[in-house]
Amino acid sequence: MQRIDNLRESPSQTAGPYVHIGCTPNFTGIKIYDGDLGTQMKTGPVQGTEITIKGTVYDGTGTPLRDAMVEIWQPDAAGLFASANETRGTADPNFTGWGRSPGDMVTGEFTFETVKPGAVPFPDGRMQAPHITAWIVARGINIGLHTRIYFEDEAEANANDPILTRIEHQNRIPTLLAKKKGDGSYRFDVHLQGPLETIFFDI
Amino acid sequence: MSIRNTPPKRGGFIPRDREWQPDALTPPYKTSIKRSPQAALLSFPSTLSEETSPVFGHNLIGDLDNDLILNYAAPGQSAIGPRIIVHGRVLDENGRGVPGALLEFWQANAGGRYRHKKESYLAALDPNFGGCGRTITGEDGSYEFRTVQPGPYPWPNGMNDWRPAHIHFSVFGHGFAQRLITQMYFEGDPHIKLCPIVGVLKSQEAVDALTGLLDMNRTVPMDSRAYKFDIVLRGRRQTYFENRKEGL
Ligand SMILES: [Fe+2]
Repeated sequence: MQRIDNLRESPSQTAGPYVHIGCTPNFTGIKIYDGDLGTQMKTGPVQGTEITIKGTVYDGTGTPLRDAMVEIWQPDAAGLFASANETRGTADPNFTGWGRSPGDMVTGEFTFETVKPGAVPFPDGRMQAPHITAWIVARGINIGLHTRIYFEDEAEANANDPILTRIEHQNRIPTLLAKKKGDGSYRFDVHLQGPLETIFFDI
Repeated sequence: MSIRNTPPKRGGFIPRDREWQPDALTPPYKTSIKRSPQAALLSFPSTLSEETSPVFGHNLIGDLDNDLILNYAAPGQSAIGPRIIVHGRVLDENGRGVPGALLEFWQANAGGRYRHKKESYLAALDPNFGGCGRTITGEDGSYEFRTVQPGPYPWPNGMNDWRPAHIHFSVFGHGFAQRLITQMYFEGDPHIKLCPIVGVLKSQEAVDALTGLLDMNRTVPMDSRAYKFDIVLRGRRQTYFENRKEGL
């Protein structure tokens, strides 16, 4: 009998308490690289609306994580990705689409200076609501957690989104919505557990 | 529409095997208890958001970024510890090399001490060792870096838990769905079978997949030993025969 000889994905292991040494070493005071990757999503004047997203990752007791790393990935304001796999056009040359935040040293709050993403189609051609992909790793998290940041002020697009409309527990959708604050920034808190537990994705 | 004369379409990412990957809740690793989601993950096919990923060019990488023996050392000095080369390939589940993958790695020094202000282990810091490096895979997915073998270290979990010697890896492939962080262990380390973090792996096969092997062929005589460690990222479906729209 023959064998199916596909390989298996490498098993994940926790990022541990010192992920910042490896991924944002300048943040920890280790000066080897010129700067930490992912700290500047804008490399020049960008198209679209510039926004700030702030948030905190909370554990099941409501305690903020101070050893997490959050990454985001998104298209530009026109819905194009700065990626080799983008075949629909050329993204804004001054926007990387990728951000990485070690969180604040004391509070753990993460911050991203980015642009409001444009809409991107679902594989069947329907338009998705504007969203940002987020990925969270930390000590105690065995495999990185994927979620999405949608926008509370995109109610109509959200109401027609192919994924949001498929969620059984509609009362959990607010866990995926960034909320506009008085200072103009968006707030997106992540709850790993509890009544406010964020919806995480298996993609 | 012709299907024979066009290259095969790239479908979505092959679903992650959650029976193979560790669970979120693994009580012997205590920190997982309050940091593990309890609701079911929401499953859906990958979309453009997950099938694209940032590009990291080779020009990003400095000359010593992949040399942890020298990249933090004072001129003329080098890090203390057993000199090793770690090399291997980044592959996808279909067995193809993944070129242009960004690898970032970090580790304790040869005494088991990290350079971090929250680190309290009494083992000495090495003034010539920072503990991080990075590289980008070549056309065939291969990579290589030089370092000192890290030491095992104690950590607060049970009353007397020690991590096996290990190197942390962060990997970017070509799609954000491939994003992975893992750890490499060293062949023959007796701490592997005692460690609650290794213990989240569900099978001996999974432990073996993270255990680097001594590779005498890559050893540099009178200089450095070598360990081989391959990393496998998720693959994409590929077929001529797909009636549904691409990606579903
Ligand atoms: Fe470690």
